[in-house]
Amino acid sequence: MKLIIAIIQPYKLEEVKEELYKSDINLITVSEVLGHGRQKGVTEVYRSARETGNLLRKIRLEIAVNDNFVEKTIKAISKGSKTGETGDGKIFVLDLNECVRIRTDERGPEAIG
Amino acid sequence: MINSGDTAFVLFSAALVMLMTPALAFFYGGMVRRKNILGILMQCFIILCVISIEWVVYGYSLSFAPGNGFIGGLQWLGLNGVGFEPYADYAATIPHQAFMIYQGMFAIITPALIIGAFAERMKFSAFLLFTILWATLVYNPVCHWVWGVGGWFKNMGALDFAGGTVVHISAGVAALVTAILIGRRKNIEHSTPTPHNLPFIVLGTGLLWFGWFGFNAGSALAANGLAVNAFVVTNTSAAAAGLTWAIIEWLKNGKPTIFGTVSGIVAGLVAITPAAGFVSVMSAIVIGMFVSVICFFAVSVIKPALKYDDSLDVFGVHCMGGIWGALATGLFASKAVNPAGADGLFFGNPKQFMVQAVTVLATIVYSVILTVIIYKVVDLMIGMRVTEKEELMGLDLTQHHERAYTILE
Repeated sequence: MKLIIAIIQPYKLEEVKEELYKSDINLITVSEVLGHGRQKGVTEVYRSARETGNLLRKIRLEIAVNDNFVEKTIKAISKGSKTGETGDGKIFVLDLNECVRIRTDERGPEAIG
Repeated sequence: MINSGDTAFVLFSAALVMLMTPALAFFYGGMVRRKNILGILMQCFIILCVISIEWVVYGYSLSFAPGNGFIGGLQWLGLNGVGFEPYADYAATIPHQAFMIYQGMFAIITPALIIGAFAERMKFSAFLLFTILWATLVYNPVCHWVWGVGGWFKNMGALDFAGGTVVHISAGVAALVTAILIGRRKNIEHSTPTPHNLPFIVLGTGLLWFGWFGFNAGSALAANGLAVNAFVVTNTSAAAAGLTWAIIEWLKNGKPTIFGTVSGIVAGLVAITPAAGFVSVMSAIVIGMFVSVICFFAVSVIKPALKYDDSLDVFGVHCMGGIWGALATGLFASKAVNPAGADGLFFGNPKQFMVQAVTVLATIVYSVILTVIIYKVVDLMIGMRVTEKEELMGLDLTQHHERAYTILE
């Protein structure tokens, strides 16, 4: 089992969701986060005071999958969010030790799907 | 002779001006960080409570009762003798108390303007004492100079239709003084705090613009042509100033901002305030355009260069805009608009410009001296500034034990 964490551009969320659904991946957690990488933030202007390096709004996705779904998930996220410019984001894949479905007490790969 | 149309108009104008203080609360509240918005709202609303009482108990008497050139008498304490018959020296066609409550709304918003300068770092108790002393020792006398029977500005022939000197310059100067004396906010060397809620700023501006019709047109104290003139030039100046600020930003910074546009609108409203009953609509366009140039320069060049932390630009917008408005009245005033007024420099009367300049200078000097003294006294008695830890935690939690926004539910 793997936990896939992706940081993407907020305006790409709808396309990523679309790609995930096409690949039959329906379990997803989304949160709004702040951060920046090589883009180095944005410049905002308030009454002419320039604020450089402000943290950018990003979307963080968390998807837990069984091993045979890992590549499909990565491809779907990548396809939905890629523009070729800096700031497209990152995908992290982590090992997942355990998963429990609270309703039925099922554990492991059974519980994920 | 009481005129019911005039009375209805002035009472309604008083209600419009009352709304400007809550409007200001949101205008300022949106500009601070989210940990400090309740502090701003509380300061504005407690001023509504405190000065409403101050005004009827003694403030109105000190400001408007016949006295000497410097201050009003005590004969109207507790509104003694201020009844429902007109008092012809102020307004001959409305009950005296209608004039009193209309003026009371001006007394309320003036100290509230200062809040923006020391925002995010003043102790609530110290703020309260400072405000009461400032209203008593600065607002009431200056109000008497400008509008009171026997006031020395009035006797000199100074023109201040709706409060450019007494409201905007006196409060704007106090703002600069308190910002310097209380010092800069912590941890802002590398990045100035950004406004936490721009829509609140815009909402506040909309309500201020609306309320300002009561402020300026209502100052005619009658539902007549003069009120119409004030209403029209107020709207025109606000529009010209908002547009000008947006254009300056577009040219200089690449993009026009809503924050800049509403700052211009407020500056335009400030500038036309002393002039509203004396200038024509074409003059109002010029007054509005120039005020945005002046105030833009004040907030984007002077403030960063001098490094004082006037958090919400009270000096840059209200004081500079007020000074320009008072001087512009001396330039653009015309007897063709208001026969009871005077001609300004551009209409062949340079003396009026000098009179306006004297009133501006006197207001600045008096407000600086008194504000310094009041600040120092309160600072010695209870201390003005919150502790560093309280400042970092925010005034909402530390001064009021409340939070504006929750994360869950």
